Amino acid sequence: MRRILRKAAVVVSALTVPAGTVYAVTDGSGDPAAVKSDDGKWADKDGNPTFKIEDDGTVGWYTYVGYLRYSSECMHCHGPDGMGSSYAPALIHSLQRLTYAEFFATVAGGKKDVSASQNLVMPAEGINKNVMCFIDDIYTYLRARSDGAIGRGRPEKHAPKPVSYEKAEDECMG
Amino acid sequence: MKQGLARQLAAGTILSSLLLVGTANAQTGNGDDILKMEKNAANVVMPTITYDNQRYSALDQINASNVAKLQVAWTFSTGVLRGHEGGPLVVGDVMYLDTPFPNAVFALDLNHEGRILWKYEPKQDPNVIPVMCCDTVNRGVAYGNGKIFLHQADTTLVALDAKTGALVWSVKTDDSAKGATGTEAPMVVKDKVYVGVSGGEFGVRGWLAAYSTSDGKQVWRGYSEGPDADLLVDPQKTTSLGKPVGADSSLKTWEGDQWKIGGGATWGWYSYDPQLNLIYYGTGNPSTWNPKQRPGDNKWSMTIFARNPDTGEAKWVYQMTPHDEWDYDGVNEMILADQEIGGQMRHLLVHFDRNGFGYTLDRATGELLVAQKYDPAVNWATKVDMDRSSATYGRPEVVTKYSTQATGEDSNTQGVCPAALGTKDEQPAAFSPDTGLFYVPTNHVCMDYEPFRVSYTAGQPYVGATLTMYPAPGGNNMGNFIAWDARTGKIEWSDPEQFSVWSGALATKGGVIFYGTLEGYLKAVDAKTGKELYKFKTPSGIIGNVMTFEHAGRQYVAVMSGVGGWAGIGLAAGLTDPHAGLGAVGGYAALNDYTSLGGSLTVFSLPPN
Repeated sequence: MRRILRKAAVVVSALTVPAGTVYAVTDGSGDPAAVKSDDGKWADKDGNPTFKIEDDGTVGWYTYVGYLRYSSECMHCHGPDGMGSSYAPALIHSLQRLTYAEFFATVAGGKKDVSASQNLVMPAEGINKNVMCFIDDIYTYLRARSDGAIGRGRPEKHAPKPVSYEKAEDECMG
Repeated sequence: MKQGLARQLAAGTILSSLLLVGTANAQTGNGDDILKMEKNAANVVMPTITYDNQRYSALDQINASNVAKLQVAWTFSTGVLRGHEGGPLVVGDVMYLDTPFPNAVFALDLNHEGRILWKYEPKQDPNVIPVMCCDTVNRGVAYGNGKIFLHQADTTLVALDAKTGALVWSVKTDDSAKGATGTEAPMVVKDKVYVGVSGGEFGVRGWLAAYSTSDGKQVWRGYSEGPDADLLVDPQKTTSLGKPVGADSSLKTWEGDQWKIGGGATWGWYSYDPQLNLIYYGTGNPSTWNPKQRPGDNKWSMTIFARNPDTGEAKWVYQMTPHDEWDYDGVNEMILADQEIGGQMRHLLVHFDRNGFGYTLDRATGELLVAQKYDPAVNWATKVDMDRSSATYGRPEVVTKYSTQATGEDSNTQGVCPAALGTKDEQPAAFSPDTGLFYVPTNHVCMDYEPFRVSYTAGQPYVGATLTMYPAPGGNNMGNFIAWDARTGKIEWSDPEQFSVWSGALATKGGVIFYGTLEGYLKAVDAKTGKELYKFKTPSGIIGNVMTFEHAGRQYVAVMSGVGGWAGIGLAAGLTDPHAGLGAVGGYAALNDYTSLGGSLTVFSLPPN
């Protein structure tokens, strides 16, 4: 069933997602439906970061920032739009099974799978501000990709930059 | 050096006896041997085939009339899955090749269809893997003075006894904890081995260095940015476009200390002219990719360097893309050829830059002769200013619409051609003195580029831009294989390819040009017309360079397969055009549908009579 949903998601993502679509999907963190917002930062019912997409396709500011930072920090291994590369997994699939906590732990602590047949190493990003200052945003973006809520490429329309964003960015980036 | 010594001491007496063997070899061998050996077309003693980087072989047993009969003679699996760039060497009866991380080196016996004579596999900290920007590639080993030289991923340069594979010496050239890595193929000239560094996406400060082939001692090191003394630049004697560069030519073009993390990596190919006694190479992108964070021309990133191989002193420099705004590294090979321009024989240096311009310079003086687009899709600059009296002489005329500096941070500059991977990346072109043409594997891909602020942490990616790549407008092909006249700057013929051509070309006296494709085909085309004469699908996509050699009276053609590299990132999932109408979406195939991972060597020959 999940596989079918995923396939459907890929097909949908190749087109522009129709306005007002309701996503009857769950991912590694459960139901992604956005229930509360802290100045544009959306969370699901369990408090995990999530995406919110308006009827006209406008994505939240933090989903957009997630796209930018993903493409800068993660793409050179995990491929454009979370699609994977010849040597790193497609995160649009990984997030179907990983919880937010597992995602966070893997990014911060890294991962090693070194054997005779393969040398897969994910660096620990725990001290990389370009990643950790935006970890929830990257998660939000990938969650939206994984659930088929947004397609490939740069989100066309995004919500305006919240007032609190720049101050938070400055504080975190130093 | 210290670390290398410690390692040798730790290995104890067995190693010290091997050390003696190595020293003996070093004394009997000399650089003049290589000059002689490179003239013997049966051998391929360097990754660039010859010092001039022409990738031309005088072998002609395989020619345009019989290449269609080519068949596989033998194959060899490397046991490594990642991207296999570069290609093997052949010295006498032995073939040498290496793999991506873990950088295993094999010596294969050509008298016994590739039986393994020895294998060397270094122990490296796997933490180096994620600081390699674009896959864990290694572009080959070098031969000289009885030794095989390997620049490992972790920037350890090792010398191995070519007969036994025993470690003779090893030296650390940089610090992989800061994101510096070794991916390039070294070059040996006389008694020195030359290596450079990768890591432009991690804020390394690029350099080229010479080490003694006998004991691994550093002889000189010339940085890409910084004070004149670090650059090995003489303010009066070193010239750019015919004029002395003057004092602090690099420092003046950076704000503050940004040059210390300023990029200018040197991971491309190196060439050597024994008559002029100069070595040539290019430097990569300035760090970060966000141009707003590094005002100025950022010299000498994106630059062609001509250096004295003995002292390292720079004779001339030419910066192709001042203040890069698109990641157009200048590291591609410098091909040395002598051709007539305007009725005069010139010593030429021909360079197909990532920025989409094919440059022809006088390699003795650095004089700029021709600069023309080698893909009509190139749009970021209208032309290179060729007016000697102009204040912007030698500079590209940048189109404001495609300037990511002008569009600014957090804004998306759309439709820039070429994409960051360039009209050509490291995959080297070839030159045939028979036709006078250059044969160039190219990318036909454009991009959107969105720079933003990024903070520097040693050993972490330092990129600062988001890219979306897609095929150039007006077609579905993402690559072309072209023939180029460097005297006029014109394309003679162009064969479209579905994917970027990411394989180094080979020109032969037999009138056949060889190259590989990302789907995995080895292709042979007619040197005059580009007509396809032969193709064979190897086990995986080809990002390696085709080579040819002769053994026991027969000519062989060999190429490494093993898809990966940057091509494995952008193309594996397929590219989509965000600006195309709905109908076009999905029109660009994913490489995943054509090939899968796996390093192997395929050796071809004509059937025995």
